[in-house]
Amino acid sequence: MHPASTTPLATFQDAFAQALFAGDECADARVAALVAQPAFAVYRNTVVKACIDALQANFPAVTRLVGEEWFRAAAGEYVTRERPREPSLLRYGATFPGFLAGFPPAIGLPYLADVARVDRFWTEAHAAAVAPVLRAQDLVGTDATVLADATLVVHPAARWAWFGDAPIRSIWSANRSAETSTGEIAWCGEGVLLTRPDAAVGWCAIDAAACRFLDACAEGRCVAEAMDAALGVDRTADPARIATTLMDARAFARLVASATGGNA
Amino acid sequence: MTPRLTAGLGLKPQHFEDALACPAAGLWFEVHAENYFVDGGPRLSWLDAIRGRHPLSLHGVALSLAADAPPDPEHLRRLRRLADRVDPAIVSEHLAWSTWRGAYHPDLLPFPRTSAALARIATNLGIVQDALGRRVAVENPSHYLRLDGHDWNEIGFLDELVRRTGCGLLIDVNNVHVSAANLGFDAAAYVDAFPGDAVMEVHLAGHSCDPALGESLLIDSHDAPVAEPVWTLYERLVARIGARPTLIERDDRLPCFAELLAERERAHRALVPVLAEAA
Repeated sequence: MHPASTTPLATFQDAFAQALFAGDECADARVAALVAQPAFAVYRNTVVKACIDALQANFPAVTRLVGEEWFRAAAGEYVTRERPREPSLLRYGATFPGFLAGFPPAIGLPYLADVARVDRFWTEAHAAAVAPVLRAQDLVGTDATVLADATLVVHPAARWAWFGDAPIRSIWSANRSAETSTGEIAWCGEGVLLTRPDAAVGWCAIDAAACRFLDACAEGRCVAEAMDAALGVDRTADPARIATTLMDARAFARLVASATGGNA
Repeated sequence: MTPRLTAGLGLKPQHFEDALACPAAGLWFEVHAENYFVDGGPRLSWLDAIRGRHPLSLHGVALSLAADAPPDPEHLRRLRRLADRVDPAIVSEHLAWSTWRGAYHPDLLPFPRTSAALARIATNLGIVQDALGRRVAVENPSHYLRLDGHDWNEIGFLDELVRRTGCGLLIDVNNVHVSAANLGFDAAAYVDAFPGDAVMEVHLAGHSCDPALGESLLIDSHDAPVAEPVWTLYERLVARIGARPTLIERDDRLPCFAELLAERERAHRALVPVLAEAA
């Protein structure tokens, strides 16, 4: 953590940083003399505008849903509570979905926080590390018991979630791309998987069982256990179809054989 | 020795294809380093492609050299990784602070230029240059506020930083113009006194008047072409110190690439005869 430095420079910086977000009263005489100048607003405006601009860039589907004016007002509220913690604003807004969930003006839009979560998935997928991709043909010839005991390592760019209450994937997808929405959205639960198969982030619909399978893989459970977990969500799920869907979407980086199975 | 860089442009995603293909002699591009602090993906692939065709400069905006704390080791690690990846022609940062006690304030914030601040910044610069294994150019910021308590004027402060750390300097001529107008000093005298031997790079940009205060407060907004008085100062600088890689910065109200290239051509044309004379 930061030692609470009390040098003149440190106390100046404490007071200045506080004044950026506070009213015009300032106990530090040096900073009070700055806050009293009209030009101090340049710093206040620049800092807040940069944060709001970054949120708008990072949550385009939310912005499109609620409109720019509403979004920027909500983002301005968020900025006063959550300053950026990283020297890059590319990932700013990790807690923005949770903020929206508890934001009183958003109460009539119960799906908004989940749409924000998918915007966040896109940001994470876009910036994730490069890794190999496991394809279905890579598993051809793998012994069934070896496969059952092995672990599927999820690709670093893969992000997924099951949203049981609303068609979040459809709402998000219609608002993420600039296309005008085509047709009615059926109001039912939906899952979404985002991956980065080539040079761009892509997404597809997945069901609750496939989401549970991915969850279990990410927890480090072997294929057999992960499939049991998936079937626990949906008895009628087809294991082969789950595996094919996820591998076609490039959700896995590699297969790691079980050490105890003698095939490590 | 890297190939002779003349005038460069700030690289914008909107202009990627044009930037990649542009054959202009002496052209180079600059990016804000922190925009490429990612583990992988299209953003880095895009930068790699540009670097395959053009020299690149990394301009840091968030290292917070003037904070009364050492630079963040994670920030340095990411900067080092990026510099190793793209082998930049120049690495630069600002005489300012932004990150403080774990919070990042996305701006270039002022401070009293005391001897204690000088010692702190010299230490921080030493840490950064050691971590990168490269010389870093430090940029003069834009000023908006009358701030008391300076032990040093800005040029004396920068000169002493060069002496203590071996760092280079980046003179932003638009910042000089904006600060001179806002604080009431003579921009030409500042440019004339700037330590020329240490200058590794020059920045040129557009500014605007504050929407509320008008011409009494100029804002370093990077949203307009370089203003004529800034070109005049630039020509005065080049006549005195010689040719240095010169960047046209434009971050807002982006025109088409051709328009930026035409502005860049003006700086290029100012540098070519000086380079020829020096050769």
